[in-house]
Order: sequence, then C-alpha cells, then structure tokens
Amino acid sequence: MAQISPAENMQVIGDEIRSLAENMLKELENGQLGSAVALVNDLNSIRDRTLYQEIGKLTRALHESIKNLNVDTVGAGSDIEHVNDKLTYVVEMTAKSANRTMDLVDASMPLAEEVGQQATQLSADWQRFLNKELKPEEFRQLSRSIQQFLQTSANHSKQLQGQLSEVMLAQDFQDLTGQVIQKVAVLIRDVENRLVNLVAMAGHVDAITGIQHDDITTTVDAKPLDGGDIAAEGPQIDTSSENVVSSQDDVDDLLSSLGF
Amino acid sequence: MKILIVDDFSTMRRIVKNLLRDLGFTNTQEADDGTTALPMLKNGDFDFLVTDWNMPGMTGLDLLKNVRADERLKSLPVLMVTAEAKRDQIVAAAQAGVNGYVVKPFTAAVLKEKIDKIFERVEG
Repeated sequence: MAQISPAENMQVIGDEIRSLAENMLKELENGQLGSAVALVNDLNSIRDRTLYQEIGKLTRALHESIKNLNVDTVGAGSDIEHVNDKLTYVVEMTAKSANRTMDLVDASMPLAEEVGQQATQLSADWQRFLNKELKPEEFRQLSRSIQQFLQTSANHSKQLQGQLSEVMLAQDFQDLTGQVIQKVAVLIRDVENRLVNLVAMAGHVDAITGIQHDDITTTVDAKPLDGGDIAAEGPQIDTSSENVVSSQDDVDDLLSSLGF
Repeated sequence: MKILIVDDFSTMRRIVKNLLRDLGFTNTQEADDGTTALPMLKNGDFDFLVTDWNMPGMTGLDLLKNVRADERLKSLPVLMVTAEAKRDQIVAAAQAGVNGYVVKPFTAAVLKEKIDKIFERVEG
C-alpha cells in the first residue's frame, strides 16, 4: 500500500503544477512565448503520470479488497455459508427448547389440576365435618381420602419440582444461541467494513479519473405499494416509530377508530 | 366449535392450540401456511380461523382475502395473531375484513378477550 495518502499526493501534484504555472507566467512576462508553450507539454506529462500512478495504486488496493472479500466471505465453505449453518442451528436449538418446555408444561398441568380438584373436594367434605354433618362411615371415608390426598400431593409436587427444573435446563439454549448470534454479528460488521473500504476505494478512482455516475439512484426506503399489496415485514425491533404500534392497546385503539 | 390454526412455526401453533384448549376449544386443526389452509377451509366445516400473517407460500392476509372472496367462507370469523405491528398493516387487515387482530407477543388473557369479542359480535 502507498505510504502517502491520496490527499497528500494531491498536494504534491498541486505544488508541481503551481510551480510550472508560475514559471510559465514568468516566461510570458519576459516575452518568451516558445518556452511558455514548452511548459504546457510538461504540464500534460504531469497529468498523465499522476493519473496512471494513482490508477495503478488504486487498482492494486481495489484488487486486494475484492480478494479479501471473496476469499473469506462468499461461496461454498465460506464465512457466509457458515453463518447460514449457524443461524439454522439457532432456529433448531430454539425450536427444540420451546418444544421441550411445552412438553414439560403439558405433563405438569394435569398434576397441578388433580391436586387442585382433590383439595377443593376435600375442603367441602372438611367443612361438613366441622359443621358436624358427617356420619361415622362418611368420616372414615374422609379420613382415607385425606391420607390419599397427602400422598398424591407429596408425589405430584415432587414430580412438578423435577419438571420445573427441567424447564429451567431447557433454557440453556440462550447461552449457546447467544454466542452464535454474537459471532454472526461480528462477521456482519466485518463484512460491512470491508464493503465500506471497497466503496471508498471506488470513490477515489472516480475522483481521480473524473468519472461521474448520473444513472445510479439508490432507493433506501422502499415503501409498499399503496392500496393493494402490503407486505409482511416480521417483528418491528424499533417500536418508537410513529407508524408502529407498541402494544395491543394501540392495536385496539386503531381498530376502534376504524369502527371495530 | 371447529378451529383452524395457521402458522408456519410449529411452536406457535402449539402455543395457540394449548391456549385454545384451556379456553375450552378442543376441536382444532393446524396448517403451516395459506396454501395448505385454504383447501382445508373449503373442504372442512370450520367455525373459526386463527392465522399468522408472515408465512411462506400464501400469507395470512392473502388467505383472509381468499376467504372473504369465497361464497361459502366469506362470513367465517378470522382472528389474526401476528408480529406485524405497522399501522398500515393493521389498517390493511381491517380493510380486508379481519375480525380481530392480536400482536405477538401476546398473553392468554388478550387471546381470550379477542375471541370472546368476536363471538359476541358474530352471535349478537
């Protein structure tokens, strides 16, 4: 890479041109038209020399940048390919964890329900006992029920405890997927930086050669077509925008303003 | 009450299915996008449709439009449960004839409230 920055280089060239121009003026003032015209040729050669030099340097730098971008990030076995694999892994891990958690919740729900139902039934019977409404045979039945209930409670709560700690463990994906996502974020930043360098480099080439791109228009914010086609966009990460609802209440307000 | 749940993510279908079961709706079926859902709706006697918006194949909005355009299905109550949270989108869903709109992430209480409200209006 060149040690002199493009700006410094421009300065050197500028100085050269200025001194030539001053000489030319001097020659003209002295009436030496022939010598002045000869200096025009020198000016031309400076222009050609610097132009070719700069383009040569930039072409090399550009080539380097493109090579960097290519080798690591595009195509089979590349970083981008790995990122795809990594993100697929994240989707798989989160899906697995969600299903495991839901399995455990499905298994736990009936246990809690059973304990609740039995407790409600026993409370009713117990109230009748306190009111002295139970016959001796009914009391014996209640006493058996209570014993059974205590056993069921102990068993079920033990099972629930185990299932709840498994629910906890099923959240371990967060650590793994978090690491993967962080790596992907770093890679994307890296690729972005390289692309920015590439764009800057291309800009220098344009500046030196005086190329102008009139036909390039960038559409930053592609809006969905009015009326008919409105596209799905997925979750809105930034809910501060005017056009994004931030809660179900906002949705309800909007719909009721439309007559819902 | 026969309900069709349409979402491309099986975990979300399962969550909605479980919530509906807790609300007493046990007769549910599932589809993973509009393209599979539409023939099911046309051939089955569904009473209610719960659909996501953003799905590959046919989106929930297009499914809604197809339902409203179908002579037999046009009065089917449709609840949209979706992450799409732009005002334009909600307005578009309303214009397409949605009966309720729930933004993800949502709670069981919100889902229940919207379903109750839809049936109140349908029956009342």
